[in-house]
Amino acid sequence: MAETDTHVEGQQHPLGIYFKIWAWLFVLSTCSYMVDYLHVQGYLRWTLIIIFMLAKAGLIVAVFMHMMWERLALLYAILTPPVLVLIFTALMSSESGYTFVTRTIFFATAS
Amino acid sequence: MGDWSSDQRAFKNVPWGKAMMWIFLVSDTFIFSIFLLSYMTVRSSTTVAWPHPSEVFALSFGGEPIPLILIAIMTFILITSSGTMVLAVNYGYRKDRFRTAVLLLATAAFGAAFVGMQAFEWTKLIVEEGVRPWTNPMGAAQFGSTFFMITGFHGFHVSIGVLFLIILARKVWRGDYDRGQRGFFTSRKGNYEIIETMGLYWHFVDLVWVFIFAFFYLW
Repeated sequence: MAETDTHVEGQQHPLGIYFKIWAWLFVLSTCSYMVDYLHVQGYLRWTLIIIFMLAKAGLIVAVFMHMMWERLALLYAILTPPVLVLIFTALMSSESGYTFVTRTIFFATAS
Repeated sequence: MGDWSSDQRAFKNVPWGKAMMWIFLVSDTFIFSIFLLSYMTVRSSTTVAWPHPSEVFALSFGGEPIPLILIAIMTFILITSSGTMVLAVNYGYRKDRFRTAVLLLATAAFGAAFVGMQAFEWTKLIVEEGVRPWTNPMGAAQFGSTFFMITGFHGFHVSIGVLFLIILARKVWRGDYDRGQRGFFTSRKGNYEIIETMGLYWHFVDLVWVFIFAFFYLW
């Protein structure tokens, strides 16, 4: 993938792909807005929001930020560290669950 | 992975400015991740009901309030500006000075419109609905602090982006990058790669908004 592209003069690609991605971003944004507008609730809501969000983020990084044409060394160096944030997310998620439980117990006994 | 071995340049064919911008963006990713994480933590640990964003950010044009409509318009504006930015990068490498400058200015104008709408949104929340960083009439007090922190920091990024877009548009217009004019700060010969670096920053701001939109407004 990265080996085939050795640009001397930066990232130059046909305009068509940008317009296609641009249109897709509009479609995906409309979709995620409709999730709220049509009052989709529960697990379906979270699933749809996350899917549309990741699709948009992926398209922006891959095409608009040219990541799909960069060398693998850069791709791994940039994209691996943010993935580790997920571990932090899991930690804080369990921590806030614990805080919620202790608060609930405390406020129940205080009143 | 051979790129990482000894006596190799790690990022082949990547201009230093672009590599540095990417590294800055990674650090910025962490900053916004931490904001969103702390937002997640306070929201899921509070025992008070969280204000309903769909209703808080509703706007009525004379009739029934339409939920989140301003935020949706802001999202579309930011995506549009991303599109004009990517075209500016492309025309920059084609040395089409006029189109590049116009597209950069269009991107800056969309960015400014975004910040303007955000200012309107903040004014509405602060003046009309009495939302403060420490309290608000709708529910959990943490709503205000996380909202102003996250959107404020994002709006600041957009503002700085607009400023640099205007500076770059002026330089493109003058033809600095055709003549390889040296920058006043780095004293290096300027070329159209700077537009791509600027583009990375601008798309990143759009990217952050994608996450804020999903987690703060839709959740």
